[in-house]
Amino acid sequence: MELLLYIYAQSDDGMAQKLENTGRVALLVLGCPEVPVQTSIALYLMNLLKHHGIRPVIAGTKSARMLLEVADIERHYLGDLLDLDHCIAEIVEKRMDADLCFVFIHKESGISYAATMSSISRAKIIALVFGEEAHELAGQITFPCEKIVARAAHNPTPLRGKLDELAGGW
Amino acid sequence: MGCVEARHCEILASYLTFPECREFIISRFPEHYEVPPGYHIFDVYIIGIPPIVIGIEGDDVIFPYTKPCHGTFILRAQGAIEEIARLRATGKKISKKKK
Repeated sequence: MELLLYIYAQSDDGMAQKLENTGRVALLVLGCPEVPVQTSIALYLMNLLKHHGIRPVIAGTKSARMLLEVADIERHYLGDLLDLDHCIAEIVEKRMDADLCFVFIHKESGISYAATMSSISRAKIIALVFGEEAHELAGQITFPCEKIVARAAHNPTPLRGKLDELAGGW
Repeated sequence: MGCVEARHCEILASYLTFPECREFIISRFPEHYEVPPGYHIFDVYIIGIPPIVIGIEGDDVIFPYTKPCHGTFILRAQGAIEEIARLRATGKKISKKKK
């Protein structure tokens, strides 16, 4: 957790800047893990990011983080793990930021987090919308971001395919 | 919720969508301000879809609070004089639409 805080520091003009050449950083914002594909796709995405030289950082609820930690006990895929509220505070106070920000959305509160990230972070926002109401939820997103939408709850394959397509541009 | 929890905020409404939160606050309270996502109040940073509306009634402040697993609540914090002064100084005042 501490390492991330050394990546960015506040400059005189108040903007977060990189202190050292650490490469690109992607933030994965995870809410309540009640839809099964969330943990699976988060692990898949972290691996994909690492293969493209992008460092994954998880900001999630306690249960979302715990599911990942237990699934990847030897940390083959997991990057840094941050508490979601702490991460929001750090970005608002310009003590950290990222290049890419994937927000996992399967209920309206996920849209609230994505809208907040879109407002407070300079990262490119990618909304990963899934679950039974994925298309209805995606229709409520009116702020600028890239959307990846799949009506997936138990089967991660549609989301995986779309992430593979997206990664082609990295 | 930290300080918000310690203040024993009253929960005025639960599980609302963000448009419902705005409507709830604007229709029930006399003074309203628009703030950006991430606005700091007590020890929390407000999560939400802009425009985020915070209300004032007397010495009380009324604001939306989102929990990732439970959706958005409307909370009332009493005796929030310092927060109200900061809100009046930094928020964008909005008026009720005339019917």
